[in-house]
Amino acid sequence: MSAAVRTAPAATASTGSRGVRENPLSRVGAMLVMGVFTLYFLVPIWWLLVSATKDRGQFTSTHPLWFADMNLVENVGALLRYDGGIFVRWIGNSVAYTAGGALLGTVLAAMCGYALAKYRFAGRDMLFNVVLGGVLVPATALALPLFLIFSQVNLTNTFWAVFLPSLVSPFGVYLTRIFAAASVPDELLEAARLDGSSEVRTFFTVSVRLMFPALVTVFLFQFVAIWNNFFLPLIMLRDEAVFPVTLGLYSWNTQVNQIPELRGYVLVGALLSIVPLILVFLVLQRFWRNGLGAGAVK
Amino acid sequence: MTSTQVVAPVLARSTQPARRLPVPHKRAIAFFVLPFGALFALFYALPVGYAVWQSLLVVEREGTFGPARQVFGGLAQYEQVFQNGPFWTSVGRVLLFGAVQVPVMLLLALVFALLLDSPLLRGKRFFRLAFFVPYAVPGVVAAIMWGFLYSPNLSPFTAVTSNVDLLSADLVLWAMANVVTWVYVGYNMLIIYSSLLAIPTEVYEAARLDGAGQLRIAWSVKIPLVLPAIVLTTVFSIIGTLQLLAEPQVFRSFSSAVTSTFTPNLTVYSTSSVPNFNLAAAFSVVLALATFVLSFAFLKLTQKKGVQ
Repeated sequence: MSAAVRTAPAATASTGSRGVRENPLSRVGAMLVMGVFTLYFLVPIWWLLVSATKDRGQFTSTHPLWFADMNLVENVGALLRYDGGIFVRWIGNSVAYTAGGALLGTVLAAMCGYALAKYRFAGRDMLFNVVLGGVLVPATALALPLFLIFSQVNLTNTFWAVFLPSLVSPFGVYLTRIFAAASVPDELLEAARLDGSSEVRTFFTVSVRLMFPALVTVFLFQFVAIWNNFFLPLIMLRDEAVFPVTLGLYSWNTQVNQIPELRGYVLVGALLSIVPLILVFLVLQRFWRNGLGAGAVK
Repeated sequence: MTSTQVVAPVLARSTQPARRLPVPHKRAIAFFVLPFGALFALFYALPVGYAVWQSLLVVEREGTFGPARQVFGGLAQYEQVFQNGPFWTSVGRVLLFGAVQVPVMLLLALVFALLLDSPLLRGKRFFRLAFFVPYAVPGVVAAIMWGFLYSPNLSPFTAVTSNVDLLSADLVLWAMANVVTWVYVGYNMLIIYSSLLAIPTEVYEAARLDGAGQLRIAWSVKIPLVLPAIVLTTVFSIIGTLQLLAEPQVFRSFSSAVTSTFTPNLTVYSTSSVPNFNLAAAFSVVLALATFVLSFAFLKLTQKKGVQ
């Protein structure tokens, strides 16, 4: 340490940038940068939290970044009761689309990725290339043709119209294939075979455990993608009763000018819609912290 | 060994788990692959094919009030796409958006990741979480929230919003760029950061002993090693940019400057609400192709560089 500091002035003279060591100045600089951006990232959410605790009068008349009278419980209560509890329904829909879609989607992607990594069969490379192409096809480009296909079978405006397409995660297949190739040894599968375990059973009892970090990552990606999904529901759904919460809040926000009381509901609803995702992130933190980089492994 | 080779043709199917012989475990493979394969075919491949097919049809009427029917029209819709001024304006707009927003966002993400990985910071867990939280906010909700924050009469930042109309025609694109950046910086930071964590410390111990400073280590050792992660985040960002939809769609409630053809996807949406499904399908196909070509070209380009 001290040696590094002592040589620093000489280095600064020649290259300029090399003077930056763990000296107090760069520590302060680094903390300052991170501090300023912490404000940038958190103040909007802080504002949303504060706004959600105010009644309509105080929303515009009190300081926007500090609490006035605590009205959070009343506001949430009013939101949940509004229009026959439609908001609760939207949250329920989002949970159903998301939890079901992410869980099932992850399992299906993992099975396919595992097979691509661990077995040799005709058409394997072609299948993988097609799936890889799928990663690069923007999901929104599929929304319109999906609508046209679902309308052929009279399934638009239903739960299935949003749920079924959400199950497909080409990126999940890509990631689990890489991960299965790297973390499930062939010798282990051989041993399981010798023990008389069937391929499917080996997958669910042994391989899944070894692939777990990748599975959590895929699950999280899917969870976020489906929870945040907007274009597909926007195109597919007309009936408020099957809306996910994003589409519901959007539709309220477009009516704020005609129905001013909706503004408060939009703000409180926005706050509540973030909570489930933050909870999932916190619970799974241990996994995503290390697993997110898995996609970058070549 | 020799005996195995002799009997191989007979036994291969049932017992030999060898690599190059006819497929063992056929049923297990089918069990693993078919569910995803079927869903992929139905909800990915079929829609792509269907969009292409729809884009080749035109609606024809007998007389002005006759019943409409779809007939094959060749590339007629694509002719319309290429003559559609607003669509190309919107493509230009998202390209400009991407050319500015993607580098800014990824540069920020890289700097944050490097700082998190350096010995300069305290409270790394806090920063990592604080920067990642916006990713938990759905795009629609983030856009609604920032829409309020930009509104002159509701914003807590009246000093800014009363002097500069962030929702005006000139600035609204960059107001959206800020929303997208706010949501995704932390996510990209984490991807880069976790690949920084994967670098064994011995790699830069040597550089340290040679007297290299943090900046030098970051530039010469760390950044080259996390290049694959940066490439990955760039490709995802390019795809995301061309798909821009939720933010502009929400901002239409806040700003009259956002037209119904502001981005390519809004054009698809408004064309399909007309409804003119055939033209909208043609827009979708062109947009998907453009996205595919751009991200694929970027991948190839960076792979070539990596080889050299």
